[in-house]
Amino acid sequence: MQTIDLTEVGLRETNATLHAQAENTNQTAWEIINPRGSHAIACGLDAPIEVTVKGSTGYYCGGMNQQATVNIHGSAGPGTGENMMSGKIIIEGDASQYLGATAHGGMIVVKGNASSRCGISMKGVNIVVQGNIGHMSAFMGQSGNLVVCGDAGDALGDSCYEARFFVRGSVKSLGADCEKKEMREEHLTLLQGLLDEAGIDADPKDFTRYGSARNLYNFDVDNAGAY
Amino acid sequence: MNKHDPKRIPQTTPRQSATFTQDINSDIRRAAATGIYDIRGGGAKRKVPSFDDLLFMGASISRYPLEGYREKCETNVTIGGLHASNPIELDIPITIAGMSFGALSGPAKEALGRGASAAGTSTTTGDGGMTPEERGHSNKLVYQYLPSRYGMNPNDLRKADAIEIVVGQGAKPGGGGMLLGQKISDRVAEMRNLPKGIDQRSACRHPDWTGPDDLEIKILELREITGWKVPIYVKVAGARPYYDTTLAVKAGADAVVLDGMQGGTAATQDVFIEHVGLPTLAIVRPAVQALQDLGMHRKVQLILSGGIRSGADVAKAMALGADAVAIGTAALIALGDNDPKWEAEYNKLGTTAGAYDDWHEGLDPAGITTQDPDLMARFDPIEGGRRLKNYLKVMTLEAQTIARACGKNHLHNLEPEDLVALTMEAAAMAKIPLAGTDWYPGKPGSGY
Ligand SMILES: Cc1cc2nc3c(=O)[nH]c(=O)nc-3n(C[C@H](O)[C@H](O)[C@H](O)COP(=O)(O)O)c2cc1C
Repeated sequence: MQTIDLTEVGLRETNATLHAQAENTNQTAWEIINPRGSHAIACGLDAPIEVTVKGSTGYYCGGMNQQATVNIHGSAGPGTGENMMSGKIIIEGDASQYLGATAHGGMIVVKGNASSRCGISMKGVNIVVQGNIGHMSAFMGQSGNLVVCGDAGDALGDSCYEARFFVRGSVKSLGADCEKKEMREEHLTLLQGLLDEAGIDADPKDFTRYGSARNLYNFDVDNAGAY
Repeated sequence: MNKHDPKRIPQTTPRQSATFTQDINSDIRRAAATGIYDIRGGGAKRKVPSFDDLLFMGASISRYPLEGYREKCETNVTIGGLHASNPIELDIPITIAGMSFGALSGPAKEALGRGASAAGTSTTTGDGGMTPEERGHSNKLVYQYLPSRYGMNPNDLRKADAIEIVVGQGAKPGGGGMLLGQKISDRVAEMRNLPKGIDQRSACRHPDWTGPDDLEIKILELREITGWKVPIYVKVAGARPYYDTTLAVKAGADAVVLDGMQGGTAATQDVFIEHVGLPTLAIVRPAVQALQDLGMHRKVQLILSGGIRSGADVAKAMALGADAVAIGTAALIALGDNDPKWEAEYNKLGTTAGAYDDWHEGLDPAGITTQDPDLMARFDPIEGGRRLKNYLKVMTLEAQTIARACGKNHLHNLEPEDLVALTMEAAAMAKIPLAGTDWYPGKPGSGY
């Protein structure tokens, strides 16, 4: 295990060290101490390494991640895991707004709650939240899965495309063009897989699926009010 | 007696209303028939004060000119040296603006890359991501970072020579984008992670930041991901140029791209294009003032766009303080867009060469703003690239001609003192004296 004291080493040096790890590095375990809410920690990683941040992070931790696993032993600031392509981010505490914005792949797990706009414009990522999520989550979500073991706030899935949402608790309101969907066998299997991957013990049968009603897919005058 | 008998009573000539013009009436009829606003491509078509309202004075006894064929007039520009270790070096200060793959065909993007590279300048991606064609054919490629993040990925980000964070476009300050279903081919759909054939909306705000404080952190993140190597531009629409330039610089931008209301778009509401935003002429001086007030003029580069057509426009933009310009519409016309040789086909679409602006429909007779394989086949990217290179060369020669006449050995040495204004409006907007006077409206100490 390599340990980097962020306060001592500085952000640039820390990220440069992590970026320098090649595909076949044998230094696969890294620990970052004293993060003190700094922004852009461990963003742009592209190697199969595991980075554990001991404390809370600011904006964009793990941004555009590829391959790496990032553990945040604290809470995570806005835009954590934005545009992630692959790999995994696990947040032990709560996550601020825009979690996993536009992320294309990989998985983000939140042990606490996530805030508003969780999964905004998601493009293929899987997000699993053990607690609740805030309003406008998955706005314009394109693809991927958002799993919420607690409750969802207002306007879930507004203007969404093909992203799927599974909520165990209540949904305060659905956004424009988002509707409740039937939970078929394939969805139960998919959800079980996501929960297993996230290491969360829950019964897929307790969840409700939501997704796009596809009424806004092509402009129709009679839907103008929904735009 | 029949009082309507034309032989007996003199008739007034039929008179068209200046308020309800034929144009306006056709808008009303179209709206009444369809129930939806008009969407089109291009920029503002209304007449606004522009660079045409400025003239250069040239040389005289107090200023001597440079010899056209003997004395050098340099044109190169370096963009992004403030924070980036690899700034962009261009031979000419005319860049190709961001135009999306999706709005434009793959071969059209390739032609832009070919032409720009041959002329020693950069091209820019657009909403829809980076294609191998344009990366392959562009020596210098600027990668746009847009609210939609369509096609955004770190591998392409690291292939870029610069990153342009798009906050707004002059054609639609505060507006998002729209690519209608008919232009969503398999390839476009795949690049954008969306189903084929559906309307694709692009958000008007970035999904993971709002406001200048967040922008600073976003720039930090992009720099960390790309190792502080490449310049980061911020593109804003001409709305509040003094404050937007100030905020972009404070957030850490290496360059500010400022786009006036004549600037083209692939598709947006006509009402937006014609009624929101400031004319290009009006936005340069406030932006330059902001840079000067921060001590950043010539350190953070100002790239101006929106209706740039000729070397004269380039020279005027630079005389007002811009470091470079960007062209969109003009580049498409150089490639062959709106060429009268397709007149018969424009007529079939109910329009005429020069007026064709329904780029969003994907039926472009010239094969440029389309994803239809048959139409695309009409366009030859090698020939298109050659035409664009020629056009860029001509613009450069024109700008040099003017600069030499003003006694300048570099286009950057052109200055406001070289200019006069033809109208009061232009004088006020550009802070350039009305021709034959030493006065412009608002001149300090003039009492007006
Ligand atoms: C067909 C077309 C597509 C465009 N696509 C984009 C885009 O994806 N992103 C962007 O920031 N601007 C886009 N623009 C705007 C241009 O980058 C630029 O601001 C504008 O064209 C400059 O004005 P001009 O057309 O008068 O030269 C587009 C313009 C056109 C004509």
